[in-house]
Order: sequence, then structure tokens, then C-alpha cells
Amino acid sequence: MLSKLRAELQGGSSEEYLCKLYEKIEKSSLNGFTTLARDSALEAARNFDKSPGQGLLAGVPIAIKECISTRGIETNCSSRILRGYIPPYDAHVIERLKAEGAIVMGKTNMDEFAMGSSTETSCFGPTRNPWDINCVPGGSSGGSAAVVAGGEAPCALGSDTGGSVRCPASFCGIVGLKPTYGLVSRYGLVAYANSLEQIGPLTHTVEDTALLMDIIAGHDARDTTSANRESRSYLIGLHDGVQGLKIGIPKEYFGEGVNKDVEKAVWDGVHTLERLGATWQEVSLPHTKYALAAYYVIAMSEASSNLARFDGLRYGLRDSEDKDWHTTFSAIRSKGFGPEVKRRILLGTYALSAGYYGRYYLKALKVRTLIKDDFLKAFKDVDIIAGPTMPIPAFRIGERINDPLSLYLADVFTVPINLAGVPAVSVPCGFAGRLPVGLQLIGPHFGEARVLQAAQAFEAATPFHEKTPEVI
Amino acid sequence: MITRDDVEHISWLASIKIEDEEKDEFVEQFNSILDYFHQLDEVDTENVEPTYRVVDLANIFREDVARESLTQEEALQNAPRRENGYFKSPRIV
Repeated sequence: MLSKLRAELQGGSSEEYLCKLYEKIEKSSLNGFTTLARDSALEAARNFDKSPGQGLLAGVPIAIKECISTRGIETNCSSRILRGYIPPYDAHVIERLKAEGAIVMGKTNMDEFAMGSSTETSCFGPTRNPWDINCVPGGSSGGSAAVVAGGEAPCALGSDTGGSVRCPASFCGIVGLKPTYGLVSRYGLVAYANSLEQIGPLTHTVEDTALLMDIIAGHDARDTTSANRESRSYLIGLHDGVQGLKIGIPKEYFGEGVNKDVEKAVWDGVHTLERLGATWQEVSLPHTKYALAAYYVIAMSEASSNLARFDGLRYGLRDSEDKDWHTTFSAIRSKGFGPEVKRRILLGTYALSAGYYGRYYLKALKVRTLIKDDFLKAFKDVDIIAGPTMPIPAFRIGERINDPLSLYLADVFTVPINLAGVPAVSVPCGFAGRLPVGLQLIGPHFGEARVLQAAQAFEAATPFHEKTPEVI
Repeated sequence: MITRDDVEHISWLASIKIEDEEKDEFVEQFNSILDYFHQLDEVDTENVEPTYRVVDLANIFREDVARESLTQEEALQNAPRRENGYFKSPRIV
């Protein structure tokens, strides 16, 4: 799709294409975009039309999640505390996209500071699912997924701390990849839980995801956790199929708590891969049931530290009269953060406080080791692991927001991947009623090429990626 | 069990003011979430090393040379209050 679009735009129609997207967004009921970078994007498109460049995404617009820094374009993490913040620099991924000629068309809605799985905790109100506007698009990169699925942007970037790219990809019927930890630089990504998160693409096709990975992956000295590996193209070998591929099916990812339609669509997907030449066998990831608790302890602890920087001093909200230091900052942070962000900072603060560090944080880090070892062990026997991305299809807006724990439980199959740092892609594999279902394909560390190759074979053999919602 | 006093103490540590009427709800939610976390107690982690980072990286060093950075103007452009080229903070004492 993107390579075709790029070729079409070479004739000098980038501005015209972009204007059509903006017209569509104006009439949209999705609430997927928060800021439109109309002036800078149209100017870039006009420049392109005058003399079309040859970059991998020359003239192609892209939507960017609110938490990825864009020079000159507001970046607020869908939080009141950062309203009006204009980054003076681009994130590494934005530099790379611009170098390949991509045009940043706007910023997309998200759960505040990426804390959520439904895009309902945003200070801009919820984004709607294009397949059913009464349902959530998933989260936290719900805006990015909804605008791609709804035809308002040809591709987008999101970030994934515990499933935030894969969950909305699954709920909106598109492709979403969480790369291996360290493969994509986090420079310029506003940190929530920095030992877990990665930036990843949200696209219509697997090939588009591979293309975006070719652009955004690679070493960057400004992120000290960036992996220094030889760069490669994920497009090479993408179409080589799954003949002889060994797929592991974790028994812990099926059964109780998994919607029957989801389970059926995922099994159908596994059988499709089998028909294409792969084999499958049961594997066990025995510590799966502890992943959610370990994930939330670690994520909240890291959040309490990362979000300590928001004090209204160097940027952000500061609308009241200054009193003493502590009173001033406590008031700003109380007003600027929404309830879920407060909950996570407070619980993280508690988990790290004197007397509790060993019980919660250290314990969670040890359980993290066991979860990582589960994957390492399984990958001795199989090439990839397959299962549902989400145990359920998209739920209704408002249905779970007042019960934080029930929302957390929906992340049961996505968070283990972040704890282990391995890559995983969600591809559309069917429907539960009218709502899309995602198949999750998980690979070993730096096994992106392998998972994308399997995802490509699956996509080529199935019709689900061609279906588009009728957005009202 | 977390109590109202605990919530007040955490709120002070985290520098987030919590209104009196919100406290009971936080107490209830925190207890139910912590209760869920306590299932970690079931896991035998004796002799298990903690994982702080998933990719093996040692300390990363670079040459200590001056590089281009943000200008003073750029660094200050988002500051809500500034004075004479500085960030202006509330009174500390």
C-alpha cells in the first residue's frame, strides 16, 4: 500500500492527497487526531510536488502518537499538564522519517501518558473505534490505530509499553508491531516505563510495517539502551513463506477468560499457517499468570520516577500563584494529571517507598526474569509463538473505565512480551461479530524478520486486511 | 492494608495533592490493586536474579567533548515563568 501510494504521489499530488485527508478528518467522528500540523505539512507537500524526492516515504503523510516529540508541533501526551508544550527537537524516529521524505500530518490521541488500553483517559476525550463508534479503539495508541483503520492517515507510529501498539491494532483490524527492546531509539519518546517501551508502526499491511521498520530501526547513541547491530532490511525475505516454520502454541493463552469468537479466529489463523507449510506444537509459558502483576508493579514504579519531572517549571501547566515549593508543585500535579495517571504514580511511589521496595519492585523484577526465561526456553523448541493479541474484542466506551483492575486484566497476553523484551506483531485474523480480532505472532529477541515473514504469509492467504470499516 | 493515612503520606511523597473527598476512593482502589499484586508472593524467587534490563548492555561511554545543544532561547521557550534567562521557580524556603 505505502509503496503504491508513494509511486502515485511521485506525479506531484502530495498536497492534493493531504488536503483530501484533512477534509475527511474535519468531518470525522473518530476523534483520532489531537493536533493537525496543517501548515507545516502542506508546505512540505507543496515542496515535494515541485520537486519530488526519492526517499522511502517521499511525499507520504504519517500520523504520530502524542507522546513522540515533534519539533514545532505540540506534544502533550494527551495530558493537561503538558498542554501547549512545543518540543524544540525531533525524536530520533521523526528525524529518520523526515530524512526519507515522510510528512508529519498531525498528532494522535492516546491514553494520558500511555496509561491505559482504551484511549479513554485522554484529556481530549475518548477516540472511537471505526468499526463501531460506540466501542473503544484499544489503547494506548488508539488514535494512531483509529485514523489508519478509518482511512484518515495511510500509516502511523505508536508506542508500546504493555501492548499499546498491538491492542489497538487488534481492536481496529490493522497491523501493529512492538519491536525488540532496543531496536528503535527512544530518544524523544516521552518516557512512561522506560525499561519496557518501544516505538512501533501501525499500518494496513505487513509490508508497510516492514518498510517503516526499515526507516525507524537502528542504532542511536542518544538512547543508551539502543542496540548497536548491523542494520538490515525487513523487506528482504519478507515473502519467503512459512514452509517448515515451527509455531509454538502456549496453552496458557487459551481457555478461561478468552472470548470464544476470538479463540476460534486465532485457531483458524494457526491452521491457515499450517496449510501454508508450518507446523505447530503446544508450548508452556508457565509464569504467564504472574505477568500482569509484575508488569504493573514495574510500570507504575518507573512511571512514578519518570513523571516526577512534570512540575510546571521548565514546561507545562503553571496557572496558579506560586506558594512554597512543595505546595505549588503538589497543586500543579494534582490539577494536571488525570485519575489513572495519579493512581499509577501514587502506587508506584508506594511500591518504591522505604520498606516496600523488596516486596513489590524487586520481587516483580525477579518474576520478570522467570517470564523472560519462559520465552527463552520455548524458543529452543519453536521458531515463533502464536496466540491471541487480546482475549476480547473491543468493548464499549465507558464499560470498564471505572474499574481499573478489569482494564488491566485485558492486557494479559501483551504485557509478557514487554517484560521479556521480545518482538510481537498483531495481524487481523477474523471477526467477533462486527469487531476485528488480532493474531499475535511473537519472536525471539531481534527476530522481527521471522515474525514479519510469517505475518506476511498469513496476510497473503487471508482476506481480513482488505476489509475496511464504514466510518460514519 | 492501605489506610487514609498511608494515602496522605504517599501523596506527600509523590507531590500530588489529593482532595479529602477523593481519599476513600483511592484507599479502596489501592487495596484491590495491591491485593492483586500479592499473588507475586506465591512465586518462588529464591536464587532468581532480578532483570533490570532485557538486553545485555554494559555501561556505555563516549568521549567527553562539547557538542551542539539547545540554545538558551530554545531551552526556555516552554517555561511558563522565566526571568533574566533563567527558569523562575517558587520560593524554596
